Amino acid sequence: MMGRGLLAIEDLEREDIELILDTAFHMKEVGQREVKKVPTLRGRTIINLFFESSTRTRTSFEIAGKRLSADVVNFSPSSSSLTKKESILDTAKTLDAMDPDAVVVRHSVAGVPKQIADELAAPVINAGDGAHEHPTQALLDLMTVVEEKGRIDGLTVTIIGDIAHSRVARSNIYAFTKMGAEVRVAGPPTMMPAQVETLGVKSFRSLREALDGADVVMALRIQLERLAGALFPSVREYSATFGLDRAKLRYAKDDAIVMHPGPVNRGVELSHDLANRRPGVILDQVRNGVALRMAVLYLLAGRKRGAEGEVD
Amino acid sequence: MASDQPAKNRPEPSAPPAPPSAGVVLDDVAIQRALMRIAHEIVERNEELARLYLVGIPNGGVPLARQIAQNLREIAGVDVTVGVLDTTLYRDDRLTRGIRPRLRRTEMPSAVDDRLVILVDDVASTGRTIRAAMDALMDFGRPRAVQVVALVDRGHRELPIKIDYVGKNIPTQRTDHVELRERAGGEGMEVVLMQGRGAPS
Repeated sequence: MMGRGLLAIEDLEREDIELILDTAFHMKEVGQREVKKVPTLRGRTIINLFFESSTRTRTSFEIAGKRLSADVVNFSPSSSSLTKKESILDTAKTLDAMDPDAVVVRHSVAGVPKQIADELAAPVINAGDGAHEHPTQALLDLMTVVEEKGRIDGLTVTIIGDIAHSRVARSNIYAFTKMGAEVRVAGPPTMMPAQVETLGVKSFRSLREALDGADVVMALRIQLERLAGALFPSVREYSATFGLDRAKLRYAKDDAIVMHPGPVNRGVELSHDLANRRPGVILDQVRNGVALRMAVLYLLAGRKRGAEGEVD
Repeated sequence: MASDQPAKNRPEPSAPPAPPSAGVVLDDVAIQRALMRIAHEIVERNEELARLYLVGIPNGGVPLARQIAQNLREIAGVDVTVGVLDTTLYRDDRLTRGIRPRLRRTEMPSAVDDRLVILVDDVASTGRTIRAAMDALMDFGRPRAVQVVALVDRGHRELPIKIDYVGKNIPTQRTDHVELRERAGGEGMEVVLMQGRGAPS
């Protein structure tokens, strides 16, 4: 449940997701004004604590916080100086003493945001932890699909790529199934988690079958630097089998949309023409990311402990 | 709206039972009459009607602003721009109470620069909503002037804010709750006062 932060989509109820999306659509209107800033979080402090570098997500949270008039501080300890669990928690306690109103955490190890949340009075927002979850990415993907399709219920969503090592995939599987979509996953066997069906999805070895009748096709980023050679024989083979291009996209519905969490490896997950397609759904995802993160910060930042039960 | 409804419907014996001490303080006929009088006052007090811009504060202010715009069309033949402005993100008293009110829609169809903006609210009290609406408005541009309509003014002002056009002054206790709502069956609107049901806003 929302309240003590946003750590995982798995913890959310459908109503929580609906409230976040509804708030995000209103926040998007703020971003279209001439003065793209409202005084809601004036005097509040948000710390972006990124142990793993990510310019895109960090910038998106930073802009979101600033549009709500919060003071946003970026804290990016170099990963080499902070590998021991102890020093992470020390860092967390130090930050807590500075009295932030929300802390946004990214770490390469699953579960670190939760550990930090247990130490802090402030709500913690998970901005990606290892192969566990990336909740704001899944929520902005939901938002983008609602914009494009008008609903989530009853849609068929196909996620392609390294399902086993992708926090984006995990969060999206929870998010789309909770909202009533049929989720399919496809990828090389080495990239498919054991018993993936227990997450409520259908898994496919054949991309063609996975795409048949899909409304939404989501290509995951292949972490070339980390995985090449380990989980599939070659990038060229992956691209030939699971890379999306116009020809393969024909198996999906005519009005299917193509999504990607970015940054795209052109010619690997997506062909060049799909990656450059206009109007670009992929850039809408980026745009919606700011509005969605504004919504999450609005709903969470500055909540004092014990103040959750109040009703307007 | 529902002014053609026979008056025998009031006090509405078939309506769902109201809370114990709830009373209708303005019925639909009185509301329509007040909105027509306010439209006349707006015409009387302002010269450049073409520059008018009515802005309803959700939720109650929005249907009221639309009705006033329609009245202005009838009596003065002017087409007035109508906008919707949510004040939630500009409130100063919500976050500190640990609650997150749902946001409501904002739709400002044209620029407010150099326009005569009339904010329309259903129930005015502390003045904090109007203050928030003025702050929000300034982020959309620089109006030539800002005036305020309130269907009901219940007093208890906490800020130096003056309502230019008042439908009706209704003396209340701070703990009373006053709201504009649709009448049961969706036929028109009414303002009800519930004693001891909430703080002024």
